[in-house]
Amino acid sequence: MTDVTPYLIVSAVLFSIGATGVLIRRNAIVVFMCIELMLNAANLSLVSFSNLHGNLEGQVTAFFVMVVAAAEVVIGLAIIMTIFRSRRSASIDDASLLKW
Amino acid sequence: MVSNVLPFVIALPLLGAAVLLIGGRRTDSWGPYLATLLPIASFVCALVLFVHTLGQPDDARSQSVHLWTWFEAGKLNVGADLLYDQLSSLFLLLITGVGSLIHVYSLGYMAHDERKRRFFGYLNLFVAAMLTLVLAANYLVLFLGWEGVGLASYLLIGFWQHKPSAAAAAKKAFVMNRVGDMGLSLAIALCFTTFGSTSFDVVNAGAQHAGETTMTWLGLLLLLGACGKSAQVPLQAWLLDAMEGPTPVSALIHAATMVTAGVYLMVRSHAILDAAPVARTAVVVVATVTLLWGAIIGTAKDDIKKVLAGSTMSQIGYMMLAAGLGPAGYAFAIFHLLTHGFFKANMFLGAGSVMHAMDDDVDMRHYGALRRAMPVTFLTFAMGYLAIIGFPGFSGFWSKDKIIDAAWHEHWWIGALALFGAGITAFYMTRLMLMTFFTEKRWRDGVHPHESPSIMTGPLVVLAALSVLGGVMLLGSWIQDYLAPIVGEPPEESSGAPAWLISLLAVLVVACGVALAWFLVGRRPVPDTAPTDVRWPVAVARQDLYGDEINDTFVILPGRKLTGALLEIDKYGVDGLMTGGPVAVGAFAGIFRKAQNGFVRSYALSVLGGAVVVVLALMVVNWQ
Amino acid sequence: MTATFVVTAPLMILAALGILVVRKAVHAALLLAVVMINLAFVYASLDAPFLFAVQIIVYTGAVLMLFLFVLMLVGVDVSDEVTESIRGHKVASLLMGLILAVIVLAMIGQLSLGTMKGLATANAGGNLEALANLLFSRYVVAFEATSALLITAAVGAMVLAHRERTEPRSTQAELARERVRAYGESGLHLGPLPAPGTLARHNAVDTPALLPDGSHAKQSIPAGLHGHPKNGTAIEANHD
Repeated sequence: MTDVTPYLIVSAVLFSIGATGVLIRRNAIVVFMCIELMLNAANLSLVSFSNLHGNLEGQVTAFFVMVVAAAEVVIGLAIIMTIFRSRRSASIDDASLLKW
Repeated sequence: MVSNVLPFVIALPLLGAAVLLIGGRRTDSWGPYLATLLPIASFVCALVLFVHTLGQPDDARSQSVHLWTWFEAGKLNVGADLLYDQLSSLFLLLITGVGSLIHVYSLGYMAHDERKRRFFGYLNLFVAAMLTLVLAANYLVLFLGWEGVGLASYLLIGFWQHKPSAAAAAKKAFVMNRVGDMGLSLAIALCFTTFGSTSFDVVNAGAQHAGETTMTWLGLLLLLGACGKSAQVPLQAWLLDAMEGPTPVSALIHAATMVTAGVYLMVRSHAILDAAPVARTAVVVVATVTLLWGAIIGTAKDDIKKVLAGSTMSQIGYMMLAAGLGPAGYAFAIFHLLTHGFFKANMFLGAGSVMHAMDDDVDMRHYGALRRAMPVTFLTFAMGYLAIIGFPGFSGFWSKDKIIDAAWHEHWWIGALALFGAGITAFYMTRLMLMTFFTEKRWRDGVHPHESPSIMTGPLVVLAALSVLGGVMLLGSWIQDYLAPIVGEPPEESSGAPAWLISLLAVLVVACGVALAWFLVGRRPVPDTAPTDVRWPVAVARQDLYGDEINDTFVILPGRKLTGALLEIDKYGVDGLMTGGPVAVGAFAGIFRKAQNGFVRSYALSVLGGAVVVVLALMVVNWQ
Repeated sequence: MTATFVVTAPLMILAALGILVVRKAVHAALLLAVVMINLAFVYASLDAPFLFAVQIIVYTGAVLMLFLFVLMLVGVDVSDEVTESIRGHKVASLLMGLILAVIVLAMIGQLSLGTMKGLATANAGGNLEALANLLFSRYVVAFEATSALLITAAVGAMVLAHRERTEPRSTQAELARERVRAYGESGLHLGPLPAPGTLARHNAVDTPALLPDGSHAKQSIPAGLHGHPKNGTAIEANHD
C-alpha cells in the first residue's frame, strides 16, 4: 500500500517544468517537446489516480490522451515543417508579424 | 362684405406664389402674367372694400375677421384674425396698387431674365406676406407677415445669387433683420405676459392701465424691431447693400412697402407709445439721427441706387419722427409714408429705366444729359424729384411740411434738424438729377441710351401722377379725420411758430440746398472718377458714416471673440467632460496595445499567468 | 512508494530540467526520451502494463521518432539563439513556472488522498482484457471518435506537406537539351562527373580524381566535402 502524494508531486513538478519550457524555449520543436512533457505529466497523474481508486477509468483516459497527443504531434510537426519551408526558420519568435 | 372679400386680398397673391414656385418650369410662359394679374385683382378687391367702407360711419369701418383658431394652449388663444380698419385700408391700397404697377414694370424690366418666373413668384410671395403684415389683428399674425416679408426680401436681394456681392447682401439683410426680429418677438412675449393676449384691441385698451416701466420696455423692444425692418440707426447698414437686388425689388420692398413696416408697427402700437414717454423720446432720437444719417450718405454716393437708398433711409426717418411725436404726428407719418411710397417707387423705377438704358451701369458719373435720350423717364423722374424735395404743391411738400411743423411744435431743435435734413435732401436729389439728366454726356463707349418700352414707362407715368397729386389726401384734413378713430385726434395747436412760417422756412432751406447743388455740381464738369483727395466729411459719408465699421467693431468682433471663447469652453470644458473617458481609454489602449507584441511566447505567458491567477483565486476561496 | 518510483522520479525530473537548459534540440529530444521511458517504468509499477507498452511504442517509438525526423529535416544543428529577444521574458517565465509549481504543490499538500487501493481486483482477469472491456463498452463512442481524429490528422498532415506542382515535369528529352545548351553557352561538361579517386593514389570518397595533366578534378568529390578543413589537408596528404 503506497501513498499517492509523491506521484502527484512528481507529476506537478514535471508539468511546471514543461510549462516553463514552453515559455522560455524558442525552437518550435523543443516547445512542442515541452508540451508533450506536460501531457505526460498529466498522464502520470491519471494513472496514479487509477491506482488510487482501484479502477481502470484513469488508464483509459490516459490512453485517450496518448492517442490525441499522437494526432496532435502529427499536425503540429506538419505545421512546423510548413513554416520552416516558407521562412527557413524554426524559431517561434520569427512568426511575430501579427501585432500592434 | 368685408369678411368675404378680405381673405381673398391675401389669398390671391399667395396663390400666385404657390402656382409659380411649385408649378416649376411648366409655368414659365404664362406664370409672370398670372403673377401680375393676381395683385391687380387684389388691388380691385382692396379698392372695392375701400369704397364700400367709405360709405359707412366711422365705427363701422373697422372690422375684424376671425378665420380660424391658430393655436390654443392653456390660457393662450391665438386666432388667425384679420383686421380691416382705416389704417390697414390705406396700406392695402398702397401695397396692392404700387405692387401691381411694379409687377407690370417688371414684365418689361425682367423680360430677358431666364429666371423671370421665380422672380415673379417671389414678388407675389412678398405681396402676400406684406398684406398679412398690415391686415393682422394681433401681433402674432403680424409677426408671421413680418417674417414673410423678411424671407421674400432675402430671396429677392439675393435674386442674382451668382453675384457674390448679392448673396452677401441678402445674408447681411437677413441677419440684421434677425436682430430687430428678436426685439419684436420679445415684445410679443412681453405682451403675452402683460395682457394675456396679443390682439391689438386688447393691447391698446390695456396699455393705459399697465405699468409705465413695462410699457417703456415694450416700446423700446418694438422700436428695436422697427429699426431692423425699417433700416433705422443702429440697424441701418443692410439697406444700402440691399440695392444688389433687381431694381423693381428696390422700388417695391426697399422703398415703398416693406421698409415702412416699422412705421406701421409704431403707429399700430400708438397706445403703447402714448403710455411710454421714454420710448417715444427714443423713437424721436433714433428717427432724427437716421434722417440725417441717410441724407448725409446720400450726398456722397455715386451709385444712383445707393443715393436713393440713403434717401429712403432718411425719409423713413421722417416717418418715424412723426410716429414718435405722438398723436400730433401719427396721421402725418402715414401720410408721408403713402406719398413717399409713390414718389420713391417712381424714382426707383425711373432709376431702373436709366440703368436699363445704360447697360446696367449704376455709376452716375457715367450718365449725364439723359433728358433728351429718355424724355418720359426724365419727366416722370422730375415729378418724383420735385415731390421729394418738397416743391410747393407736390405731394412731398404737404407731407414733409406737416412733419416738420409737428416736430417744431414738439421742440424747436427737432424741427430745426428736420429742416436741415430737408435741405440736405434737396442738395443730394438735385445732385442726382444734375449728374443723371443734365450736364454733359459722360457715356461709356458702346452705350446708346434709349427710352424704355411702354410697359415700363406706363407705371412710371401713373406713379408720377400720384407723386404730384398725392397731396390731395390732405384736402380738408381728410387723412387726419379718416385716421383719427385709430390713432386719436391730433391736439389743437396752441403755441409756437405759425404753419405758414414753417412752410416758408422749409421752402427757403430747400432752395438753398438746390442752389448749393447747382453751384457745386451743375456749374462744374463732373470728374469721370470720384476724386480721392477729399476732405474728411466726404470720406466719412462715402463710407456710410462708418456704419459697417461700427458694426464690425462693436458687434461682430466681440461676437466673434465670444463665440471663439465659447467654442474653446465647449471644446475643452464640455467636450472634455464628455469625451474624457473615451480619450483616457484611447490613451491607455495606445499604451497597452504594445502588449500585443506578436510573440507567441508572450501570449503563452499571459495564458499561464491567467491560469495561475484563477488557481490562486480558487485557493483563496477554498482555503481551510 | 515503490523502489521503481524512487529510482525513476529523480531521473525524470533531472532529465526534464535538462530539456530547459540544453542548447541543441537533438539533446532535448533525447532527454525527453529518458523521461518517457522512465515514465513507462512508473506505469508498469502502477499496475498499468498496457500503458507501459503503449508509452514505449507510441511515445518513445513513434512520436519521438517523428520529432527526430523533423529535426533532421529542419537541420540537426539548429539551436536557440543565446540572446533573449523579449526583454524580461525569461525571468518572468521562470518566476511564473515557479509560482505554478508552488501553488500546485501547495494544493497537493492540502489534500489527504490516502493510500492507493491497487488494481488487483480490477486487473483480476488481466489488465488488457479489463481495458478492452471498458474501451469497447462504455467508451466505445469516444474510441471511435479517436479513429476519426487520427484519420483527420493523417489527412491534415498530407494536406500540409503537399506541394502543388506549378509547371509540368520536364521530360528526359528536355533535360538532355538543357544540358547540351548549357554546354554550348558556358562549356559545362557534358558527360558524367569523374568518380573520386580516379587515377589517384587512393579511391577514398574525399580524394579528387586526377586529370591528364595531373591536376585535381574538384568536381569529383561531393560538394559537402569541399572546403572542409579536414578534407583540405587530406587531399594534400593523399597526393604527396
